[in-house]
Amino acid sequence: MTERLVIRGGYVIDPANGLEGIHDLYLAEGRVAGVGTAPDGFTAERVISAEGRIVCPGLIDLCARLREPGLEHKASIASESAAASAGGITTLCCPPDTDPVIDTPAVVNLIQEKAQQIGKVRVLPVGALTRGLKGKDLSEMSALKRAGCVALGNAHSPMANTLVLRRALEYAASHDLLVVIRPEDPWLADRGCVHEGPTATRLGLPGIPDAAETVAIAQVLALVEHTEARVHFAQLSCARAARMIAKAREKGAPVSADVAAHQLHLSELDIDGFNAMCHVSPPLRSPGDRDALRAALKSGVITAICSDHQPHEPDAKLDVFPSTEPGMASLEMLLPLTLKLVDEDVLSLSQAIALVTEGPASIMGIETGSLAVGAPADACIFDPAHIWKVDSSFWRSSGRNTPYWGQSAKGRVTHTVLGGRVVFELQPPLE
Amino acid sequence: MIPTQTANLQLDSSGRLKHFLTVEGLSRELLVKIMDTAESFASVTEQTVKKVPLLRGKTVVNLFFENSTRTRTTFEVAAKRLSADVLNLNIATSATSKGESLLDTIRNLEAMHVDMFVVRHTDSGAAHFIARHVAPHISVINGGDGRHAHPTQAMLDVFTIRKYKNDFSKLKVAIVGDILHSRVARSEIHALNTLDVAEVRVIGPKTLLPAAVESLGVSTFHNLEEGLNDVDVVIMLRLQKERMSGAFIPTEHEYFACFGLTEKRLACAKPDVIVMHPGPINRGVEIDSQVADGPHSVILQQVDHGIAVRMAILSMAMRPDLEASAGDRS
Repeated sequence: MTERLVIRGGYVIDPANGLEGIHDLYLAEGRVAGVGTAPDGFTAERVISAEGRIVCPGLIDLCARLREPGLEHKASIASESAAASAGGITTLCCPPDTDPVIDTPAVVNLIQEKAQQIGKVRVLPVGALTRGLKGKDLSEMSALKRAGCVALGNAHSPMANTLVLRRALEYAASHDLLVVIRPEDPWLADRGCVHEGPTATRLGLPGIPDAAETVAIAQVLALVEHTEARVHFAQLSCARAARMIAKAREKGAPVSADVAAHQLHLSELDIDGFNAMCHVSPPLRSPGDRDALRAALKSGVITAICSDHQPHEPDAKLDVFPSTEPGMASLEMLLPLTLKLVDEDVLSLSQAIALVTEGPASIMGIETGSLAVGAPADACIFDPAHIWKVDSSFWRSSGRNTPYWGQSAKGRVTHTVLGGRVVFELQPPLE
Repeated sequence: MIPTQTANLQLDSSGRLKHFLTVEGLSRELLVKIMDTAESFASVTEQTVKKVPLLRGKTVVNLFFENSTRTRTTFEVAAKRLSADVLNLNIATSATSKGESLLDTIRNLEAMHVDMFVVRHTDSGAAHFIARHVAPHISVINGGDGRHAHPTQAMLDVFTIRKYKNDFSKLKVAIVGDILHSRVARSEIHALNTLDVAEVRVIGPKTLLPAAVESLGVSTFHNLEEGLNDVDVVIMLRLQKERMSGAFIPTEHEYFACFGLTEKRLACAKPDVIVMHPGPINRGVEIDSQVADGPHSVILQQVDHGIAVRMAILSMAMRPDLEASAGDRS
């Protein structure tokens, strides 16, 4: 049930509309009905007091694995929807590497219907670029688009060769479909599990050079010029990659990029002691790479921060480092890690909010991520100063595979509103 | 940064050796103590009854997930000379092939009330992982994990160097060959730097040197003659063919032509140079037989020293109460 809601007295930050200040927000019929001034004849069914809080569009996460269908021993759409709404996320894109793969409309429908039944977060599937993610045969892109896929990608699976990549980009372009590329050359990545650098050398772990990323980007950029496809590079991890994207964008190439929140705070140094919680793909790279990624956010080269959420069962991380599964559970850390960039004077609060609202919305071409009158009534209310402990008392995700477990995080969501419905409310309320 | 997991995993609350996983991070004093203790055990091997009752009643499990003859045998001999019971488990293909996780394997062995695991594994970090999850009374010794560390080999190598060269601080040591895949090289570099050697050099083609290898505190050479110039110790590494899945070198023939240790090349080093090799050696691939069997070679002495050094490490880890010279106890 949507309600006629007033979010009263909050500090509204809406980068998409250049709005920043204390305003009342009026929501009705699942849409934003007014900002600052009540629409004619508006009567509120519910008032949420947001004094001392930030009110912003619901967060948009460009990459979060829900593990359903097929990997329910790790997580489910229900558990991860709860985690998303507790993290202030109202829209998320799930990559196609489910089991079965998102390469038919049936799988798209299954995910969307289940997500809608649960009703806590808008789930936008990214369809498979190739059938079964095998990198050989094109998927039925048009059918996937009609079924509701916002973009197509091949997740972490490589393409068989550059000819298939070229054809995939061309065919996607003919249907005006965005292609999401996680750039990694499989030959250069080999069987690496960490960044090829001093820490890998010291620990004797097989490394993945940053060239694995830049070589893959160079290939795609050359083909973008040839095919005029729209490409989004997902989860950049190194300075050279950011520089390449900057140059391509300067030349007017239709490309965009995002970065995973953990890449902005952690580095190869954090895997010391074989910390499997920091085993991620792409790997945590050098402190210099991390700083360059931060700079690329500031300069507008990278326009979105995602969670790259990958929940795992405990056993997935209970093994010798190279045998553990990569990935962090991070839906509930997206906002705190983004706000940390404000605390560390990397970004202004408005810039930070833009990177998880307006930025990803504009990459995907979706109407959420804005509090303009008429926009979907998706909002996040949070206390930027509240410090909480990352532990089982609050964590909603089925995956507890995070290096932040047991530590303090700053920035706590108090309410999440989806299409005018309050889908998350912090209990007990903050003082 | 998040808090690191390494904080003194190897040492107990009194700073004594609990596990021996890597040389990295251990103090110079501790390394010297290991060598001194090994010195005291050396005489045991010369006695008629080659046993001391230091570890009587203790059970040592050789848990080898990767094939090994030399290391496993010397650990077994060392444990038996300390009067421990030894259980050899060769899990070359691992119990995990039957679906059992590494942790379950460890838990099952723990249930047999063992006191120590000597672990060899194909993956870097295996010994750390096991040490972090074993019961508090169990010690873990790293018998070689992936490319990461082979600390007992490094200790027997520096012990051997000490036998022939008095002052570490004046030494130039060259490590030659496949550094990229070598856990021995990594451990040796840490040990030599901890013992304040004047210079550690690594020599090999770029394809066999790990990224940012200088960060380990070494200087790099891609030309063998240049690298061997004026060195006191040469440590040759085996060309680890079983680890090679990419195009690291064109052929063994070319490798020997560029990086094989011959008498002529050895002449670039100091006249009293010693030549070492952790074994097994590939004659004609990384080392010429005339050098391997020649007057500068101390390769067989290394094997002999391996037993005393491992006796020292086993006794120090399992009997931290023994502060005095263990070899005197009988």
